Amino acid sequence: MNQRLIGLIRKEFLQIKRDPSSLAIAFVMPVFLLLLFGYGVSLDARHVPVGLVLDKVSPEARSFSTAFEHSDYFVGLHFADMRLAQKALETRKINAIIRLRSNFNRQLFNQESAPIQVIIDGVDANTARLISGYIQGTWDKWLSHFAEQRGTALSKPVMLEQRIWYNSALRSRNFLVPGLIAVIMTLIGALLTALVVAREWERGTMEALITTPVSVREVLLGKLIPYYLLGMGGMLLSIAMAVFLFQVPLLGSLWVLLLTGTLFMLVALGMGLVISIAAKNQFVAGQVAIIVTFLPAFIMSGFIFDIDSMPPPIQGLTYLIAARYFVAILQTVFLAGNIWGIIIPNALALLVMAIIFFALALWRAPRRLE
Amino acid sequence: MWMRIYALLIKEFLNLLKDKKSRFVLIGPPIFQLFVFGYAATYDLNQVPIAIYNEDASIESRDLIARFNGAPAFKKVMHINRHEQIASALDNKKVLLIVHIGQHFSRDLLSAQRPAKVQILLDGRDSNTAQIALGYAQTVLTEFNLNWARQHKLPLPPAKLEIRAWFNPNLESRWFIVPGIVGLLTLVVTVIVTALSVAREREQGTFDQLLVTPLTPLEILIGKAIPGLIIGMIEASFIMFMAVIWFKVPLVGSIAPLYIGIVLFVFAVIGIGLMISSLAVTQQQGLLGAFLFIVPAVILSGYATPIANMPPLVQDFTLINPLRYFLIILRGVFLEGLSINQLFGQYWPLVIIGIITISCAGWLFRRRMY
Repeated sequence: MNQRLIGLIRKEFLQIKRDPSSLAIAFVMPVFLLLLFGYGVSLDARHVPVGLVLDKVSPEARSFSTAFEHSDYFVGLHFADMRLAQKALETRKINAIIRLRSNFNRQLFNQESAPIQVIIDGVDANTARLISGYIQGTWDKWLSHFAEQRGTALSKPVMLEQRIWYNSALRSRNFLVPGLIAVIMTLIGALLTALVVAREWERGTMEALITTPVSVREVLLGKLIPYYLLGMGGMLLSIAMAVFLFQVPLLGSLWVLLLTGTLFMLVALGMGLVISIAAKNQFVAGQVAIIVTFLPAFIMSGFIFDIDSMPPPIQGLTYLIAARYFVAILQTVFLAGNIWGIIIPNALALLVMAIIFFALALWRAPRRLE
Repeated sequence: MWMRIYALLIKEFLNLLKDKKSRFVLIGPPIFQLFVFGYAATYDLNQVPIAIYNEDASIESRDLIARFNGAPAFKKVMHINRHEQIASALDNKKVLLIVHIGQHFSRDLLSAQRPAKVQILLDGRDSNTAQIALGYAQTVLTEFNLNWARQHKLPLPPAKLEIRAWFNPNLESRWFIVPGIVGLLTLVVTVIVTALSVAREREQGTFDQLLVTPLTPLEILIGKAIPGLIIGMIEASFIMFMAVIWFKVPLVGSIAPLYIGIVLFVFAVIGIGLMISSLAVTQQQGLLGAFLFIVPAVILSGYATPIANMPPLVQDFTLINPLRYFLIILRGVFLEGLSINQLFGQYWPLVIIGIITISCAGWLFRRRMY
C-alpha cells in the first residue's frame, strides 16, 4: 500500500511540476494577495479633509479651527461660506464641515453652550462614525484647553479613561493582516484540491485510476499529501510576510500557529476535495470553490465585520465557515499571545470540520464506473 | 451577419443554461450571497457583549450602568466582581468592553471637586470595532454628563457639537454596503460568464469548429460578449430591486443614471473577461485569471474599506479599476440622488476602460485565430 501511495504522490508532484499553475496558486497567490490586502485594506482614517467655515473670525473661533489644523486626523480647509463648503462636501473634496456661526463667541461666554454645527458625509457610514469620534475627541481636548486658558477648571462630572488592550495603537493592519492569512489560505486550500479531482474526471484519467489496484483512500491521500505540503509552504510564507513586512507583532508562539494552521489547511483541502468530487467538472468545481470560500471567508469570518453584531441567523451560519475559527486563533495568537481559552475551542471546531469533510470525501468518492 | 450572431447567441445561452449545475451557479449563489452579505456585512455595532465592574454601590453608578444597558449597541453579559476576572473576560473574548466604575465614583461625583472617573477597558484586537465601541461609550457618558449638569445646576460646557450626517442620517452601514453588493455580484457573474466561454471551447476543441464556420472574428467576439451583457444586466437589476424592496435602501436618484453606469461597467468588465478568456488555454487558467482580476478589483474598489485610507501609490492604481467608478455611481445615485451630469466624471473613465479592454480582447482574439 505504501508503495502505491508513494507512486501516486510522485505522480501528483510530476503533474504539479508539469503544470506550474498549482505552484503559482500555492506560492505566488499568497504573496500577491497579502501585498494587495495588506496595503489595500485599511480602516485607519488619517488626514481626513474637513471644511472649516467661520462665519465670524474671532480669537476663540480661530483657536478652535487651529485645533483641527494641527490634528493628525484632519486636514483643515477653510471655506468662505457654507455654500462653497457644501459644494465641496457633495463633490467629495471634504468628508465633513465644521461651522462656527457668527454668534459663537457671544454664546461661548454666555453660559449657554455655543452650538458648533458639524455635517458629515454619511454615505460611508463606518468612516463617518470614525470621523465623528475624532471630531468629538478634538472638541473635548479644545474644551479643556479653553478652560485652562481662562484659568477655570472644566466642569465635567464624569471623565472617561480608556484602556485599550492588545492593539493599543488601534492599528487596523494589526488585526487585518492575521485575519487575511485565514481568508487567503481558505481560498488556496480549496482551489488547490478543487480542480485536481475534477481534472482527472474531465480528462478521463479517473477511469484509468479506478481500474488500478489503488483504493479510494489511497487516491484521496495521494491528492492530499502533496497539496498539504504546498499549502503549508504558502502559509509559512504568509506568516513571515505578516511579521517581517507588515510588522505585525507575533506575541504567541509560531508552533501554535503551525499546528492550528495544519488543522485549518486540512479543512480547506477537504472542502476542495468534496467540491471536486461532487462537481466532476472543472468549471463548476472552480466556481463553487470561489463562491463558497473567498467571499464567505472575507465577509462572514469576523476578519473585517464583527460577528457579534450580525443578526442571530447569520451568526449561526458563521459557525459553518472554517475561516471563522482560524481568524479568531490568528488574531489572538498574533496580538494577545497563547490564550488557550480561545485556541482550544476553535482548534477543536476545526478538527471536527476536517473529520466531516474527509468522511464526506471518502463516502462520496467514486469507487466504480457508472 | 446578424443571423449568424443570433445563431451563436442561441448556442452560447444553451451552453450556459442547459446544464443544471452551471445554471445553478449563475442563479443560486448570487441570491444567497445577496441575503447573507446584506445582513452580515455591517460595521454597525449591535448588541456587543459588555461587562460591568461596579465597585461603587450607589444610585449614581447604577444610573450610569442603566444607560449602558439601554444603549442598543451594547448588551451586558456579565458582572465582574474581582479585578482578576477582567483579564480572563477580555482574553477569551467573552466581552468586547468592560465598564469599570471605581469605589470613589459617587463620592467624586457628588463632591464635584474632581471629575469622577469611569474606566473603559477595550479589546483592541479588532481596532475598528474597538474604536466604534469607544465612540458609543463616549456618547453615553456625554449624555450622562449633560443630564447631571442640568439636574445639579452645574455650568454647561461652553460649546457643544451638533453633529448631523448627510445622505445617511442614521449612519446605517447597510445603506453603504448593499449598493456595493450590486457592483460586486455583477462583476463576479459577468467575469465568470465571459472568462470561461472561450477557454471552455478551446479545451473541448470546439473552438476550431467555430473557426471553420462562416463567422468572422468580430462576430464571434460579439456573440461571446452579448450573453455576458444580458446576464450582467439581469443580475444587476434583480439585486437592485432587492436592495430597494427587501433591504429598504433608499433609491433617491433616478433609474437612467444608474443604467448608463451599469451598461458602461458591464462593457468594461466583458472586455476584461474576454481578454482573460483568449489568453487562457484551459478552463483552470481562465478561472485563475478571473480570480486574479476579481480579487484586486474588489479590494481596491472602496467596497469594504475606503480608497482614501490606502497609500497614495495604491490609490493611483485604483484609477484603472472599473468597479471603483461603478461603486461611486451606485452609491451616488442610491443615497445622494446624483444626476447624469454629476456622474459624468465617473462615466468617461468607464468608457475609456471599456474601449481599451474590448479592443485588446479583439486583438488577442484575432491573434489566437490565425
